[in-house]
Amino acid sequence: MKHSRIVITGVGLTAPNGNSLGEFRQNLLRGVSGVERIELRYIGPVPAGVCHFDQLKYQKKKEVRIGTRAGGISIYCAREAVQDSGLKWEGLDKNRVGIYLGITEHGNVETENEIHAISLFKYDTKFWSHHHNPRTVANNPAGEVSLNLGITGPAYTLGAACAAGNIGLIHGAQMLRLGEVDVALAGGVSESIGTFGIFAAFKSQGALASHDDPKKASRPFDKARNGIVVSEGGCIYTLERLEDALARGARIYGEIAGYYINSDATDYVLPNPERQSECVRRAIVHAGMTPADIDIVNTHATATPQGDIQECQAIGAVFAGLAEPPHINNTKSFIGHAMGAAGALELAGNLPSFQDRIVHPTINVDELDPQCDIPGLVLNQPREAKRVDALLNNSFGMLGINSTLIIKRFIA
Amino acid sequence: MTKEECKKLVLDIIADIAPDEDLGNVKPDVKLRDQLQLDSMDFLDIVMELRKRHGIEVPEADYMQLASLDSCAEYLTPKFNAASTGKA
Repeated sequence: MKHSRIVITGVGLTAPNGNSLGEFRQNLLRGVSGVERIELRYIGPVPAGVCHFDQLKYQKKKEVRIGTRAGGISIYCAREAVQDSGLKWEGLDKNRVGIYLGITEHGNVETENEIHAISLFKYDTKFWSHHHNPRTVANNPAGEVSLNLGITGPAYTLGAACAAGNIGLIHGAQMLRLGEVDVALAGGVSESIGTFGIFAAFKSQGALASHDDPKKASRPFDKARNGIVVSEGGCIYTLERLEDALARGARIYGEIAGYYINSDATDYVLPNPERQSECVRRAIVHAGMTPADIDIVNTHATATPQGDIQECQAIGAVFAGLAEPPHINNTKSFIGHAMGAAGALELAGNLPSFQDRIVHPTINVDELDPQCDIPGLVLNQPREAKRVDALLNNSFGMLGINSTLIIKRFIA
Repeated sequence: MTKEECKKLVLDIIADIAPDEDLGNVKPDVKLRDQLQLDSMDFLDIVMELRKRHGIEVPEADYMQLASLDSCAEYLTPKFNAASTGKA
């Protein structure tokens, strides 16, 4: 079966350290962290990645009041992605536009807020808001984009824990190949810093980061790493079939070369390096490549003591013995773990490397953990690469879901 | 509480429910829906805020009493006064 070639023609994002691809990339190259300390209900002060985009750029105040933070992030990213793509929006058939957004979770923030609100009224449920259901349905972020942009094609989310950002993109590409839509707005979003439950659960699990300096709290591969910094964020791509993009003379950021999604089937929480390396290997095969063709590997590593080691084992096994191993970096060291947005945002951080051949580093590695010391790590300072033709993006999630996405330089 | 004070409290709620609206020239005798962007969900929010902020219940059968500022004042002022004297 011959597949259509799928290309990226627009990027819209908000990250804790940037509200556009240009700003985000500049801060990744300059070593600027976006992690700060917030005060969270019941938790107190905790490091977190907070986005500072202008929510009123594309929404009325009333829409912000009624909608969710995830919806607002999605609208901002989708609008920016459409604008960046140069699509002639007015004449476009909105039935043929799909919205596919990866989420780690949705509804925790709104449910916790409502429970807190009725706690002020002795838990009398007559004070429970009628907005609760439209805010907490799992398709909320995609649905808010459809309302805001008047998109009448399919709009839904894909729940895939922290592998979701990659999976949003993969699903968008699949729907384009099936001919279901002509334009896919695909990626991932997170509003998770609004839910104390996620922080508290990571803390109970011994997996929540802490540090006196919040900017140093997210430190994958460092010997002193002590867990995850939870973040919000979003990244949505405009995807099109190559022939459509060429016909309208679109700028092409890169081409979806291959991907793979698999499951560990071993544990609720603990990763499985064997399945992870299988996921990476099969994605490379799916792309028609060999490990030597990969130039940058963006790791999922979240700075948990065990998870980082296991991913390094998985990657090390795939690329072992190469004379020139790929450059390996990590974006969470700058922005924390943007949950459902992580895969999509982390890919965006590396996309400009096709143009400038610079690889952004992993920051906050003061003392590299010897168990994470695999060939190719780019630490603390950006590195110039001889060649950047293929990016490999890992995102893994709870319940053992793994995703690997490979983007290649577009060559006609 | 006077009817004018009651209207002010209702407008305070509407300012939060419909934050994009200019409330400087709301005509008290004209239906709120005819001069502001308010839908049925917004009226549910107004009812909820009356309950939360002021302990006032508006049964569904009486929702039409909230149509204009004048009708709000007519209907709600006695409820506010009853609430403040503990007779609600």
